[in-house]
Amino acid sequence: MAVPLIASDDEARERLEIDLLLDAIHRRYSYDFRGYALASLRRRLWHRVNAEGLETLSGLQERILHEPTCMDRLLRDLSINVTEMFRDPGFHRSLRERVFPLLRTYPFIRVWIAGCSTGEEIYSLSIALREATLLERTRIYATDINGAALQLAREGAFPLERMRRYTENYLSAGGSESFSSYYVVDGDQARFDPTLAEGVVFAQHNLVTDGSFNEFHLIVCRNVLIYFGFDLQEEVLRLFGDSMARFGILALGRKESIRRSALAEQYEPLDEPERIFRRRR
Amino acid sequence: MTPIELVAIGASWGGLAALKDVLAALPVGFGAAVVIAQHRQSGADGRLASLLDAQCALDVAEAEDKQALAPGVVLLAPPDYHLLVEPGAVALSVDEPVHFSRPSIDVLLHSAADAYGQRAAGVVLTGASADGARGLARIAARGGTAIVQDPATAKRREMPDAALAATPAAHVLALDCIGRRLVELVATREGARS
Repeated sequence: MAVPLIASDDEARERLEIDLLLDAIHRRYSYDFRGYALASLRRRLWHRVNAEGLETLSGLQERILHEPTCMDRLLRDLSINVTEMFRDPGFHRSLRERVFPLLRTYPFIRVWIAGCSTGEEIYSLSIALREATLLERTRIYATDINGAALQLAREGAFPLERMRRYTENYLSAGGSESFSSYYVVDGDQARFDPTLAEGVVFAQHNLVTDGSFNEFHLIVCRNVLIYFGFDLQEEVLRLFGDSMARFGILALGRKESIRRSALAEQYEPLDEPERIFRRRR
Repeated sequence: MTPIELVAIGASWGGLAALKDVLAALPVGFGAAVVIAQHRQSGADGRLASLLDAQCALDVAEAEDKQALAPGVVLLAPPDYHLLVEPGAVALSVDEPVHFSRPSIDVLLHSAADAYGQRAAGVVLTGASADGARGLARIAARGGTAIVQDPATAKRREMPDAALAATPAAHVLALDCIGRRLVELVATREGARS
């Protein structure tokens, strides 16, 4: 038998503190992070402990219970997913080449961007849909757990310094216009054409606790499920299934898969490497 | 001694050649899972995994989210994602880069320490960065095994130097000894040898 190390005692205590903290958040604020993947969650919680100048997760729990603004800051840590416009150009190329021709067969197209964070994906998709002359008959529902992130998404202004990279992404994704024609420079921000967001419905929605609210032809949820544990991923995939029109399309992040899911057989790959799947019926 | 079930390796500048050396020493039937964070450009393709796979008796693949960790499985952090370890599986994240790097070696090693404790070994190879030093210290603090490539055998010694400064008690090994040491630390699965 190995001699128990002090380290394992620390681990047990940390686990207890995390469980208590998540329970407290759930009971006080109704946000449920208990099914999140532990490793990333732990990193983000400790990031908040340090940023608050605290020593322990229990200390963070005390502050969160007494100061709702601290919960706002933690929510930001836990929910804002760093992304970029036309991230993974190959994915966006595949949307244009394989997904849009299918969407074109519908008189009216409903798209759900689940976990839209600060909106980079919304404007990427709007631009591509406009270039395919599909934007006018598309309604994009852009949802996120975080109201502050949604507000940023609504504004559609991104740091100007990123435009060089976004332009490269846009071009390798098959963009056919001059990327700079989609924004105006406003100080150090690039402010995107507001007509791109005209058909977008922004709404707060929690994938963990809120239900289905429409039937979509395309659901885009990229690099959101990676923060969820396996069981929660299954629940969210079920929610997507319940929110999908017949032959609906599901687009995930490049390293996310439905292969290990019990729901995998309901889908066939439309572009396996880019993780775009289509409902079999 | 607690057998090692997870080997977490970090490499940067000069890492491809170093990783080939280390992985080439691991036999079929190797009894631990291996996870690797190699710094590379965002937007890189899957070529690194196939290059390493060709040099190694074990199968090397780019990690998918929630992919299971099992003995003999070798998973590489995909470009532009952090690779983290959970008990029995990997997870990915697109959180901000650490030390300007995504994947970050610190993130990988730190999560390996948290999930596997004494059953984890951390290896810091060549690189011109301080990434990995904090994560390796975490592995040592949690009772795991810390290994650093002898800086004199590294293409760039900054990363091994930083790791040794943070974990002076780490095993310092020449590149060509690291793979063999890992085999000694890890129980070979019964009957898997052919």
